[in-house]
Order: sequence, then structure tokens, then C-alpha cells
Amino acid sequence: MNKTAHDGKIFAGLIAFGILGPLLFPDYTLQIALMWLMILMASTWDIMGGQAGYNSLGNIFFFGIGMYVSAIAQIGMVYDVAAYTSAFGAIVVEFTDTQYFTGLVLGIILAGIGASALSILFGVTVFGLRGPYFAIGTLGVALAAGELISGWGYVGGGGGISMPVYPGEAGASSKTFYALFFVLAISALGVIRWLLGTQFGLALNAIRDDEDKAEAMGIHTLRYKLIGWSIAAFFMGMAGAIFGNMIGFIEPLEVAFPTTTFGIFMVAMALLGGKGTLWGPVLGAILFHVVKELTWTYLLGWQWVALGLIIVVNIVYFQQGLLGWARDKWPEAFGLKVDTDAGAAAREAAE
Amino acid sequence: MNAATANGGNIIEVHGVSKSYGGVQANTDISINVPYGKITGLIGPNGSGKTTLFNSIVGYHPIDEGSIQFEGREISKLRVPQIARLGMLRTFQQTRIYSKMSCMDNMQISVSQRNRPMTDMFKARDKGAIVERAEQLLEFVGLYQKRLLISGDLSFGQQKLLEFAMALMNEPKVLLLDEPTAGINPTLINGLIDRLKRANEEFGVTLFVIEHNMRVIMNLAEQISCLAHGEMLATGTPDELQNDQRVIDAYLGAH
Amino acid sequence: MLDNIQVLIVAPVFAVDLLLQGLFIGAIFALAAYGLALVWGVMNVKNLCQGDFVIMGGYIAFTMSWFDIHPIIALPVAFVLMFAFGWIVYLLIIKRVVDRDMFTSLLATFGLSLLIQQVLQLIFGPEVQTTDAGFDSIVLADSMIILPWARIISLILASVLALGIIVFMKYSRMGRAIRATAQDPRAARVLGVDTNLVYAFTYALNAAICGAAGVLVAMIWVIQPYYGIVHSIRAFVIVTAAGLGNLPGVIAAGFGLGIAEKYADFVFGAEFAVAAVVSMLIIVLVYRQLQLYRLRQVVR
Repeated sequence: MNKTAHDGKIFAGLIAFGILGPLLFPDYTLQIALMWLMILMASTWDIMGGQAGYNSLGNIFFFGIGMYVSAIAQIGMVYDVAAYTSAFGAIVVEFTDTQYFTGLVLGIILAGIGASALSILFGVTVFGLRGPYFAIGTLGVALAAGELISGWGYVGGGGGISMPVYPGEAGASSKTFYALFFVLAISALGVIRWLLGTQFGLALNAIRDDEDKAEAMGIHTLRYKLIGWSIAAFFMGMAGAIFGNMIGFIEPLEVAFPTTTFGIFMVAMALLGGKGTLWGPVLGAILFHVVKELTWTYLLGWQWVALGLIIVVNIVYFQQGLLGWARDKWPEAFGLKVDTDAGAAAREAAE
Repeated sequence: MNAATANGGNIIEVHGVSKSYGGVQANTDISINVPYGKITGLIGPNGSGKTTLFNSIVGYHPIDEGSIQFEGREISKLRVPQIARLGMLRTFQQTRIYSKMSCMDNMQISVSQRNRPMTDMFKARDKGAIVERAEQLLEFVGLYQKRLLISGDLSFGQQKLLEFAMALMNEPKVLLLDEPTAGINPTLINGLIDRLKRANEEFGVTLFVIEHNMRVIMNLAEQISCLAHGEMLATGTPDELQNDQRVIDAYLGAH
Repeated sequence: MLDNIQVLIVAPVFAVDLLLQGLFIGAIFALAAYGLALVWGVMNVKNLCQGDFVIMGGYIAFTMSWFDIHPIIALPVAFVLMFAFGWIVYLLIIKRVVDRDMFTSLLATFGLSLLIQQVLQLIFGPEVQTTDAGFDSIVLADSMIILPWARIISLILASVLALGIIVFMKYSRMGRAIRATAQDPRAARVLGVDTNLVYAFTYALNAAICGAAGVLVAMIWVIQPYYGIVHSIRAFVIVTAAGLGNLPGVIAAGFGLGIAEKYADFVFGAEFAVAAVVSMLIIVLVYRQLQLYRLRQVVR
């Protein structure tokens, strides 16, 4: 089918860029790694936000949870976590290479599972809320998580935790984490692409268009929402674990649960590219990331203001996003059919 | 055991149902039976509580008193999706479809959820028996040519037909239709009556229909109940109701 | 934590002190929440930059204190300035999202909130600030209860402001137009009400109320560029708990939240202050869900 070939080309392009990018521009490895993270955030947000119409402002919750789960798992493997954090960094735990890498892999996997499990609990609490209440409820959960962990001494509270130090030279670490982000983002996109081609994808769209109707037709709406949410959480949790290990030091408010920054950026990225489409969030994430890095470089001090401005302008003046706009303009290119018999419909409507 | 005889031949039995909204008594002590395999009508002037009764039956709100049984099972405490999965479906007065999806997608997602294994949700769309059946039903309501259009772009009447086809896709045992002909071009109404009758005969779906259009309901239903001021006024065959002075008074506004 | 609860039981005078503190800040919360209920009810906008308007009002008072202008004088100034600011925000942003789905207005105002935070942070820096109103305190119960005059005055000012708004909404032409629009915008338009103007006025009035509340916050408490979001959450907690168009409910919920917050602060420790507020939001939302679940409905 045409669409499959089309998506295949884009996948091939992304993978080629992912492999060639850091080879051609080794100085920007970290930047490109973060770009994959942005793509992952926007695309997984879109599973519930774009496809199911559940606009969460708290998906960053899973990111932070993943980060802390991996931290506890990795440090807890070789040392007592409470003793480690209460020493405020005075204790440097030596990890052997094997210990480090098994810890890393285990931490990432547990982060995904932990975030997924919590998403079910979280989902049962907030999925009875619709529309703006849902958005505010999820925002509340993410804010609460950051604040509660700030006061939780076991994981270092607001002081944060130092993650295990990557063994080997500095260059190797950035390559490893780059590869992890790249693989994670591509597999997330693959999973989303597959999901949208199933009955499951249709159910999410049905919930978006009219959830009451979907319920009246007997669809297990809560079940679909929980699964969609936990898939997003799974990837976000793993991304959080990788991010925590990459930057080496985590703390609750700015790094793990940056609700008012990255928590809203991921929404803005999906909207910029066009929510409810497979490639819109990807496009939006790439553009947003580039703009963000440029403002960081050229607007020192005012970068957050510039980003806030971009978000507001994006939402207020350009809500359908780039792909949404293109789809309205050239519907045939997106596989949509236009009524060739529109006259009949108009006649009937006029009567 | 024959299902049709299990419950005195009634698929829905409503007993003494009352429902009030913020002090307004919308339904008072209503009892009504919907027999298996037949077409039953529900009429009454505006504001007589017809839609409220429908909403009570399919689980949109709790009832204050009474019992509602579906195939002999009490359902007045169940919720909308649970009742739908038992095989009782309703259409809406204000037509409701998934307006940003194509007609075929609308049909595919309307497949019956009864006894459906969970793994089915991960089956590829646009494939297999579902597509075949969806196309047949769209053909049945005359929308096959428009199957790939976004359903929100259809005319109101076409959306209504699509909603009907979606309901049939769900293979319900009983279908509650809330004013199926309201807002439909009068020249198309005969076709719709014909399709409703065929759905009843060919697919064996019991129909329970709210209708304002007297000509339609007299043609369609074998048994009709009339509500007025939230109370059950009369039940009988179309002929009996047409000659019932209380029904005539209710419609002419004599209190 | 248990020790703190014990203190409250052994020395009930502390409990009274907390209760009073809670009442004073609760009055301010109720003001901001009333503003939110106003824009929510009239134009169906969920204003997530509510708290940032409050903090802006606080910084207006703070700036004026550099010039030795007393907060009581800063209050009307903040009211007028924030009214103008609200009107501009309406024209630039809210006007374009008011007819769209509710997530759009929520997100747009969240973006604006981010913007305001950052601008305030650039101008005033991230430090926690307060303005000194220069009043004495009333000392009661062997210095166990200290009642600063500033708090009493702030309570009086809040009440005066609330009364003024109530009178305005009831008797003025614009107030009636606002109430008519809240009930049915289309009917109001038919009857010759310029709903666009009503929306602009409502939003500006909300900003002004927040600004005035912010001056009181600066006077008896602290402000900081990032504290806005917590004030927004408080306003949402109060409105969700009380419901729209329920003024006595908003006032009661405002006092209730203020008191609950002060007790939570004392029992769990100040590091959980924000967590307590946000947890209350979640509790209120879950409670609403359970309430509606019995009616086979959802919160929407």
C-alpha cells in the first residue's frame, strides 16, 4: 500500500540521519541525542493527546518516575541508597564495568516497567476526568510528584542524587547514550506506527471524536485509555532513566519533573507539527529543538521568554500545526477522500 | 432454552420506573414491555419523558425507583458500556458518529464488543471479515459510494443512516432508536422505514422506536405505547391507539 | 509529624494561631478563585495564568515599595494596571481562543503563565520578596498568638474589594451584561449586549482582582516569580470544590483551603507546603469523580 511505502521512506530517512548525524557532526552528538528525546516525548504524548484526545499536561511524571526508579535500582544494586544519599555526595561508589552496565540495562528496563505500572494507578485516578479537568488533574499529579520527592529523604530530597559514573573515557559515554536515545525513539515510533494500524488505533480515535458514543457502543474505553497511556509511560520512563544516567546528577524539580518547561514543551511540539498524526510530533520536535538551541545560543537570558512566546503564538495562531495545515490544503496527499458529490449533500442540507 | 420464551417473550421489561430531575418528575411509575423480535413504538408529546425513559434503560443515569430487566437480568445498576455489551444499543436524537474518521473506520470500530477477546484490539485494521461486513451494511443503507469519505462531511440524513449502519454492525439484540426520521428529507423516509423493517426481519434485531411522525410509527410498529406528562397513558396496537381518546387529547393539548 | 500533631493537641493555642493565619490567607485565595470562577463561568476559559496575575500584582506593590509607597496605595494602582494588562491579554490571546475547545484556552494561558514567570524572573530575579507594610502586631495569649495588623487590614481590604465587586455585578449595567452573557451568550447578543466587550471586561476585571489579591499577598506573605502556578492551582481547587456561580461556596472553600494549608504546613513541615496544595487538587478531583460515579456521570 502507498502509505506503508511512504512511512517506510521516512523511517529509513530518520534511521539514516540517526546513524550518520553523529558521525558527520560529532560535536553535536549531545544535541542530536536530545533531539531524539524530544521526538520521543512529543510522539508518546500524542498517543493519548492527539489520537485519543486526552490532553495531558503531566506526561513528564513518567519521565521523572523512570529516572528515580533507575537511580534506586542502579545504586541499590551495590550500596544502601539511604546511606548514599544522606552522605550528600561524600560517598563515591565504585562500580565495576559489569556492575555498571548490568545496572544500566536493569535500571532502564525497571524504569519502563515502573512508569507503566504507575501509569495504570495514575490512569484509574484521572481517567474519570474529561477535557480541562483531565489536563489540570495530570498537571497536578506531575507537580505533586516533584514536590513529594523533594521532601523524600531516602532519595536525597531536593538535594538530588549523583548517578553512577560512566566507566571509560568521556567520548564513549556520549556515544552510548546517543545510541540508547536513538534506538528508543525509533522503536517508540515503530510501536506507534504499528498501533495506529490496528483496531486499537481506531478505538483511540473513536474516543477522541466522541467518547460517550464509544461507550454507548460498548467499547471498553477505560481499557484502551489505560493501555495507550501505559505504552506512553513505558517509553517515557525508559527515556527518563537514560537521561538521568546521561547527565549524571538528578534532582526532582528541574531535572526529573520539569513540569512547567519540558512538560509543556512536549505538548507544544506535538501541536507545532500537528497533533493526531504520526509524523507531526516528529516534525514539531525537530523544529522546536532547533529553535530552542538557537534561542539558547543567541538570546542568552531571554531564551525562556522566547520559547514561551513561541508556544503562545503556536497555540493561538497556528493550532492545527504544520501537518494539520498541509492536510487541510492537500487532503488527497494524505489519503483522504473528498466528496465529489458535494452538491447532493448541500442540496439535501438546504432542504 | 429458547431465549424468546425465557422472559415471558419480552426482551426488555420495565417495571414501575420513576425518575426526577432536580424536582421535575420526568417519569412516574412507568411499566412497559418490549417483546422479542418485534418492533415496538413509543410516542408522546414533547417533554413527555420518552428520551428520559430511553436514557434510564440504557444506563445514562440512575433511576429513582423501579426495575429494568434485559433478558430477565436486572440492568438498572449497570453502566452504559456494560449494557451495550449485553446487546442493547441506542442511537441518538442528535446523531452521533465519529466525525473525523472515515465511514469505513466508523463501521470497523463499531464491531460488537460482546465476548470479544482482548487480543483482538491489536489485529490490523482494514482487513478480513470486518471489512466485508462493513461494506455490506454500508451497501444496505446506501452509503457504499461514500465509504471512504470523512463522516463529518456527510449530510445530516446520511449521518443518520451511517449511525444506523454502525448500530447494525454491532449486532445488537435490541436497538433503541430515538426519532430515526427527525430531520430527514421526507422523500427518503419511506426508504428508511423499509430498511428498519428489513433490519428487524433479516437481522432479527428487536426494535424499540421513539417517533414523532405518526405516519411512520403507525406503519412500523406492531405495538405502541404513549407517554404523557411522564406517565404511561395507553398501550396497544396502532389501530387501538389511533382511536384512543386519551391519546388524541394528549396530542391535541387537552389536559 | 506525629510530634507536631501532639503539639496541636497539647497546646491548642497553636491550633488557634494556625486557624487565624489560615483565615487571613484564605481570604486572598478566595479573591483569586472568585476571579477564576468569573472568567470560567462567563467565557468558559480555564485561566491557568491566574496565579501569575496574582504574583504580578505582588510585584507591582514590591516595585512601589522602592519608592516608599505604601501597599494600601499600591492596591488600587495594581487594580488599574492589571485591569489594563488583562484587557491587552484578552485582545492578543484570549479573544482568539475563547471560541475554541477548552484545552486550547488552557494551554494558551499556561504558555502565557510560563512567559510571565520568565519575564518576572529576568526583571526581579529569583529571590523570595515581601513588602513591609510597617504595622504593629496585636499580641494575645502570652505572646502565643501574634496578630499583625497588616493581616487584619488585608482581611478588611479583601472584604471591601469583594463587596465592591458583588455590588458592581448586581447593580451596574456592565455587571448585569456580564451575568446575562454568562447565562446565554446568544440571547445576550440578540438583546444588544456586546459580548465581545463583556468578555474583554470580564477578563480584565479578573486580572484586576488578581492584581489586588497579589498586593495583599506581598503585604502579608511572600512572592516569587515561580509561585504563580501554586496560586493557580489553589484557585482551581477552590472553584472545583465550590462549583461555578456559588459565591458563598467560593468564600468558604477559600477559607477552608487557607486553614488546611496552614495545618498541613505545620504537621508535615514546610517542605511539603506545595505538595499539600497540589494533593488537595487531586483529592478534590477524585472526590468529584466518586460523587458523579454514583450518578453514572463523569467530571467534565
